[in-house]
Amino acid sequence: MRRQIPLIITFVVGAVLIIAAFIPRAPFGRLGENFSLYFDIIAVFAFLLGGGNLVRIHGVRLVRGVRMAIVEAKKGGGSWPLKFLIEFPFLAFGGLEDRRGRDWFFSMITLLGFFAMLAAGLLKLENPGGWQGNVTNPASTFQHFYDSMFNPLQATMYALLAFFVASASYRAFRAKSAEATILLVTAFIILLGRTPAGTFVTAWVPDSFSFLQVPNLANWIMAVPNLAGQRAILIGIALGVIAMSLRVIIGVERTYLGADNY
Amino acid sequence: MFTARKSALLHLSLVALLLCFAGTISLAQPPAGGPDTTRTAIVPRAPGNPLTEDTKGDEGGSITVRWTLSPDDTGGFITGYEILRAAKLDGPFKSVGFASPRATRFADGSTFDDSSYYYKIVATGATGSSETPVIGPAQSSPQWFNTNRGNVLVIGFLVSGAILYYIASARKGKKLFIRRIAGLEAVQDAIGRATEMGRPILYIPGIQDMDDVQTVAGVTILGYVARTIAEYDTRLEVPTSRSIVMSTARETIRSAFLAAGRPEKYSDDIVHYVTDEQFGYVAAVDGIMVREKPATCFYMGAFFAEALIMAETGNSIGAIQIAGTAMPAQLPFFVAACDYTLIGEELFAASAYLSNEPRQLGSLKGQDVGKSIAMLVIAAGVALFTLNQITRVQWFASAGQWLKDLFLLN
Repeated sequence: MRRQIPLIITFVVGAVLIIAAFIPRAPFGRLGENFSLYFDIIAVFAFLLGGGNLVRIHGVRLVRGVRMAIVEAKKGGGSWPLKFLIEFPFLAFGGLEDRRGRDWFFSMITLLGFFAMLAAGLLKLENPGGWQGNVTNPASTFQHFYDSMFNPLQATMYALLAFFVASASYRAFRAKSAEATILLVTAFIILLGRTPAGTFVTAWVPDSFSFLQVPNLANWIMAVPNLAGQRAILIGIALGVIAMSLRVIIGVERTYLGADNY
Repeated sequence: MFTARKSALLHLSLVALLLCFAGTISLAQPPAGGPDTTRTAIVPRAPGNPLTEDTKGDEGGSITVRWTLSPDDTGGFITGYEILRAAKLDGPFKSVGFASPRATRFADGSTFDDSSYYYKIVATGATGSSETPVIGPAQSSPQWFNTNRGNVLVIGFLVSGAILYYIASARKGKKLFIRRIAGLEAVQDAIGRATEMGRPILYIPGIQDMDDVQTVAGVTILGYVARTIAEYDTRLEVPTSRSIVMSTARETIRSAFLAAGRPEKYSDDIVHYVTDEQFGYVAAVDGIMVREKPATCFYMGAFFAEALIMAETGNSIGAIQIAGTAMPAQLPFFVAACDYTLIGEELFAASAYLSNEPRQLGSLKGQDVGKSIAMLVIAAGVALFTLNQITRVQWFASAGQWLKDLFLLN
């Protein structure tokens, strides 16, 4: 029964939602939206699982790391608290021999961040309007943390993308083969076509040959070969989604349920 | 040198002057096809042929009002069309919405089913407005079938029928040929490499939740990968960005370890939750990569901007990387940064391919029927529009357009 019930639920829900896509009349019309809401409700409860897991894993890592660091500091005698403080960078970042005790400092930062945001949000610290007020009010501590710490950190990670694009492009565009050379030339045209320099270098081309101007060439590459390739991929994806969904709905694919049919 | 630069500057100035002059001339010209200039002092004319109908394929509560453009709807003479509604023929009429210039329809989504409504359409301009005669009564009602999706139903039946047919054929023992997918052939080697190097394997099931089919595909592939990992006795790490994915992945890996005969090797700590936040998650995953230096990284699921950040970090630590996603915008990044990439449909085919189970492989064959239909329709459409261009026979264009509309899914 442990295997059958989830399969029956999957089949019924899948079949009903497919039918609902073609029947606009109530109650079918809004079934898709309602099921999304049910999913969100379940996800809220599941978040407790996730948060709990985060606290447990990093809590264990922190306690184990600190304990190992103290043991390390006690070695060789003398005042261990003083030694702990002096050797803190070494003990906190990878200095411990046992891999399980390393990098506990990151776990400490994670837990501090987690509990600080949780407290600011739950207790509505400095919140205009107190318990009745909205935590996203600009004057609240939660929003202050969000704007002054979380957002800049996110932006920093996102900014890394510029450097990674450069390094990935460098590798991808090396003209090692005929295909890579075509890729390199195409990329060069697109890059040039998106800059003022692209317009400038081919501005002399007469209007009757305007398709040879770099910006027009770049636009053509994007609108014709690139779009055709993307559409081919999208058609494949759509068919793949149909096949995958059918396998799940009729119970041919059940690995995601943890079923033992490998 | 100085003279040449001075001359170039002079030329540029002249060109700029000419452009400005040309601009002045073009601005001074009256807009082509504009309203009759002799009528500017009077109000715009009303739109023509007003009619109302129950909005098709909806759940009720909506009436569509249509009209043909006012003869003065050119050159910005008309600012829009106001839709007035009343419950009785003689009013009172109240405004229910505004349609922009050049619009010829408006869906009034604030009606009660089976109640009668009367409408008037008012063409408004800066100099005044004029309205159509009252039209109606019209009633809204819910429909049993969304006719707008009739083509989706037909295509869905064709593709699903083919998939189910081939699943049934495979079940009866029919041999099916499935092409080799290099990225999936490399899975075994990648796990073997990690085992030999004594380093862990990192598996990222995307950053979306279990309601995304790509995540379902990612978790399904994880099941097969985890079974091989259990057989090789290698360390696996699965950081997740969603709690439900964490629970599902745990259950999947537990079963895989059990199927491999290594239940004692399973630990809940293999799968751990990081954060729902996209860049917080990628920061944590990058940290794990740099500290743990996994020998193999799998990225299977839905990815966004974080795809390249993770794949490049994996590349920098020398990990063998296998990625799979159905996000077209992220595919080039994975292709550039990873050793193998499952492109779009291959991600969904992976679990069937890895399982080598006839029924699952049958579904892949059914997909090919869908692809054949798509190819035939594209070829026919291209041929029809090309023939129209060569022969100038309108029928070809109409047939091509009909085909295009038939396969435009919405």
